[in-house]
Amino acid sequence: MNKIHVTTNINGDPVEYLCEPQETLLDVLRNNLQLTGAKEGCGSGDCGACSVTLNGRLVCSCLVLAAEAEGQEVTTVEGMADGDKLHILQKKILEHAALQCGICIPGILVASKALLEKHPDPSEEQARYWLAGNLCRCTGYDKIINAVMDAAAEMRGA
Amino acid sequence: MRFEAPKTTELAVALLAQETGTARVLAGGTDLLVQMKMDMITPDLVVDIKHIDGMHDITPEDGGFRIGAAVSGAALGEHAGVCALWPGVVEALELIGSTQVQGRATMAGNLCNASPAGDSVPAMAAAGAVARIAGPDGTRDCPVADVPVGPGKTSLAKGEFITSILLPSRPDNASDAYLRFIPRTEMDIAVASAGVSLEFDAAGTCTAAAVILGAVGPTILTADASCLVGTKLEDAALEKLAACCSATATPIDDKRGTTEFRKDVVGVLAKRAAKIAQTRAGAKS
Ligand SMILES: Cc1cc2nc3c(=O)[nH]c(=O)nc-3n(C[C@H](O)[C@H](O)[C@H](O)COP(=O)(O)OP(=O)(O)OC[C@H]3O[C@@H](n4cnc5c(N)ncnc54)[C@H](O)[C@@H]3O)c2cc1C
Ligand code: FES
Ligand code: FES
Repeated sequence: MNKIHVTTNINGDPVEYLCEPQETLLDVLRNNLQLTGAKEGCGSGDCGACSVTLNGRLVCSCLVLAAEAEGQEVTTVEGMADGDKLHILQKKILEHAALQCGICIPGILVASKALLEKHPDPSEEQARYWLAGNLCRCTGYDKIINAVMDAAAEMRGA
Repeated sequence: MRFEAPKTTELAVALLAQETGTARVLAGGTDLLVQMKMDMITPDLVVDIKHIDGMHDITPEDGGFRIGAAVSGAALGEHAGVCALWPGVVEALELIGSTQVQGRATMAGNLCNASPAGDSVPAMAAAGAVARIAGPDGTRDCPVADVPVGPGKTSLAKGEFITSILLPSRPDNASDAYLRFIPRTEMDIAVASAGVSLEFDAAGTCTAAAVILGAVGPTILTADASCLVGTKLEDAALEKLAACCSATATPIDDKRGTTEFRKDVVGVLAKRAAKIAQTRAGAKS
């Protein structure tokens, strides 16, 4: 088989893998690297459950070829907590009970982290639009948005 | 399938030209990967152009900006100069998909995917944007409006790809706007859309107008906007524009909108976009 050898960086660690040319980054994260935080909800860019960052940009890993990660920097939800210490966003999602089945939450966390890095003081409307590509079938979104706004306030030291 | 990520334009052209099977350029992949997964297309070769020098650059040129073919919507939206000069083009590109899609989607990809509903295409065409195309016979410049020739079809020859898109300079008292109708507020495909670019004199009289319609024909359609020239966009002129847009539109009937609805709403969108462009240009009505 014409496997491609990829050298990349995931959550700050150098990583190497072999992939098929048509395999996606999501396939490789989940199947080869056991980074199963990113989920496959749709595989077509609609649900955001597969959200990761690629060179600091929020993207759907289901729409990135695994081979494209060569020499790039990827972060996933697995890189959010510092050992046992949860990221503020993770704590707030738990505190606000902002999840039911939880499938969407890794994507919501990665996307919200990217939001707060770019807009530390987002309006609620801004947060809702930013997360419009992260679908949740369970919560009705209010609790998620409340958790994100609360996390934003805490991260600003308010 | 083979995957290649060449470092130069020449190598990319050679790869694309020499492939005997189906070859596809990969920019943001937000159309290509979806189409591959749905088995709508099974390329033998995918050429990632994002490692070619200059593809991520936004460079001032003759008062306008040259936008590299790998510049994402997110990157374009962060460029203050482009946002100030062509706000309508930026808002059209930024309407595409979610934050995640914005992190990858490009103007050239939106153009070459050649969907009749591609959001940035009417805005680019109204702006008079010009695509720079590299190919086996060298480089040529082609108006963006002449790239799509039908649903999913472009005028690009084998081995050719877009390396950059030039958003030209514009005089003072000029601006643009883009509006689309979708049933939701986010993450949907245009049912009808209009890109409008206007120039005014110091007294606020319109001196030049370009109005391009999207999603109401097999490709973008150019509406005759001469009814705006010489006016200050008074109601009568705007009504003429709306009627002209409705008459120009040749939409299909589908689950997303009827022919009648699309013809009507495209005129309303053009009127509203014209008013926004007028306000942005600082022209008094
Ligand atoms: C969830 C979701 C929502 C979306 N919403 C919208 C929307 O609201 N409006 C809209 O218009 N689109 C939408 N799209 C479609 C898509 O995101 C856009 O068309 C986008 O601009 C494509 O750009 P890309 O760089 O990702 O293209 P790619 O997928 O990389 O390429 C698209 C096509 O163009 C060709 N191509 C790419 N670059 C070049 C080049 N430089 N030269 C020659 N050929 C080239 C490719 O071979 C391919 O055939 C959406 C997609 C998704 C997944
Ligand atoms: S799995 Fe990637 S967006 Fe749904
Ligand atoms: S918690 Fe179930 S999809 Fe969001």
